Amino acid sequence: MTLDFKHIQAAHCENGVTTSLLQHNGVEKITEPLAFGIGSGLFYIYIPFMVINNGPAISFRTQPGLIFKRTCKALGIPVYRKKFSSHEKAMEALDDCIKKGIPAACQVGVYYLTYFPKEYRFHFNAHNLIVFGKENDNYLISDPVMEGTATLTSYELERVRFAKGAFAPRGQLYYPMEKKIVTDDQIRQGIKTGIKRNVRDMLRIPGPIAGVKGIVFTANRIKKWRDKLGPEKSRSYLAQLVRMQEEIGTGGGGFRFIYGAFLQQAHAYFPANDELMKLSATFTKAGDMWRNAAVQASGIYKGRLTAQQDYDTMGDMMIEIAALEKQAFIDLSNIKWSK
Amino acid sequence: MKKEEIPQDDGALNKLTKELSYAVDEKGNYTTGLSTGWEVKITALDVAWNDIEKRINDAHQKVVNGEASPILYFMELKLMDLSIVSSYTGFWKWQIKRHLKPSVFKSLSDSKLKKYADIFEITVQELKTMKKNDA
Repeated sequence: MTLDFKHIQAAHCENGVTTSLLQHNGVEKITEPLAFGIGSGLFYIYIPFMVINNGPAISFRTQPGLIFKRTCKALGIPVYRKKFSSHEKAMEALDDCIKKGIPAACQVGVYYLTYFPKEYRFHFNAHNLIVFGKENDNYLISDPVMEGTATLTSYELERVRFAKGAFAPRGQLYYPMEKKIVTDDQIRQGIKTGIKRNVRDMLRIPGPIAGVKGIVFTANRIKKWRDKLGPEKSRSYLAQLVRMQEEIGTGGGGFRFIYGAFLQQAHAYFPANDELMKLSATFTKAGDMWRNAAVQASGIYKGRLTAQQDYDTMGDMMIEIAALEKQAFIDLSNIKWSK
Repeated sequence: MKKEEIPQDDGALNKLTKELSYAVDEKGNYTTGLSTGWEVKITALDVAWNDIEKRINDAHQKVVNGEASPILYFMELKLMDLSIVSSYTGFWKWQIKRHLKPSVFKSLSDSKLKKYADIFEITVQELKTMKKNDA
């Protein structure tokens, strides 16, 4: 049985799931950048005492699950979300959704995700996909980062839904519960709230590791990596930073380009607020600067750049980005909304 | 990033899909385009896999030298750490640490070995002999 469902490719899986499921539920105006911005997806954090895949724990986006939750909430759409301890019940609940004609999202781990190339299969558990049908033993999968759709056998799907480790999905199933008409005013309100919350996350979280302060913190650490970690480990750490920033799911430039697109689309809802266009260009610039920093980092992890000065340059580039983003978020917080 | 600057290098992901990127057109309006990969991040991924390869080889050597049990080798081969092995097998981390000692490993019951073999997707015999090299 195949449900009437339109697969949409997105840069990031959770944005994509949110956009596809909301569009399916009648919210035609929702786009990936709007979902990302209303859900306050942009972030930065470096958790110095945590090690992930033997490298630094760095994230350029907010915590998994929040984008869907916040965006649906902002648009007044009730959400079903459930974790399961029983594998059988988790699969039954999913089959029930298909029978009722509901395309539903699952949180999955990518390590056993058979259609992913081997190089991308790490123990990463915060991936999201949509199940939109079942034929014999094959589930039809809309994986938002892919151009086309895929299939997984029931065994394969069960295995990825119950992947273990950090952020274990525990069979998590979620979808919007009602079709609703969303007004432009609701979207406008969502945009304002989303931006406000993002300002808070980037400027006002206490402590040195999160938001724009976190970028400066990382930059200062990087300057010390060469002496402290040695060249080999520093290379691995920088490579991990670049992967968090540029890998599939980020839309490039550590999500900064998606945020730039969001501000431009927000402008369509607030045509009198021209500063949104200006700030969109600022985030495009920030994204470009992140990419330049990635090129600098790659010089180091390729072994072409080895001097302390090269690490200092990398750190300084990030400090410059932090200053630019700080000003951008201050400007965002000072917007006098026209509506 | 301008649309015509969306990188088109050949990465591993390209076997599966092109990825969506956000970029601006000549008028500065946001649009999307597909990318086959970017050399900068392709090399970053290579660095990660070289590290993993090295860890696997080190683990292999340790087992051969009698400094660790084959569990260490398969853990590294499957990119697992103690907490991942712990959550899949149900063993406590301190138990797994013990099982990493060759002397303790030798005395493990077949049912315990089976738990490890299952999550590593191998047979108990393969676990004991460390004969399985296709990752």
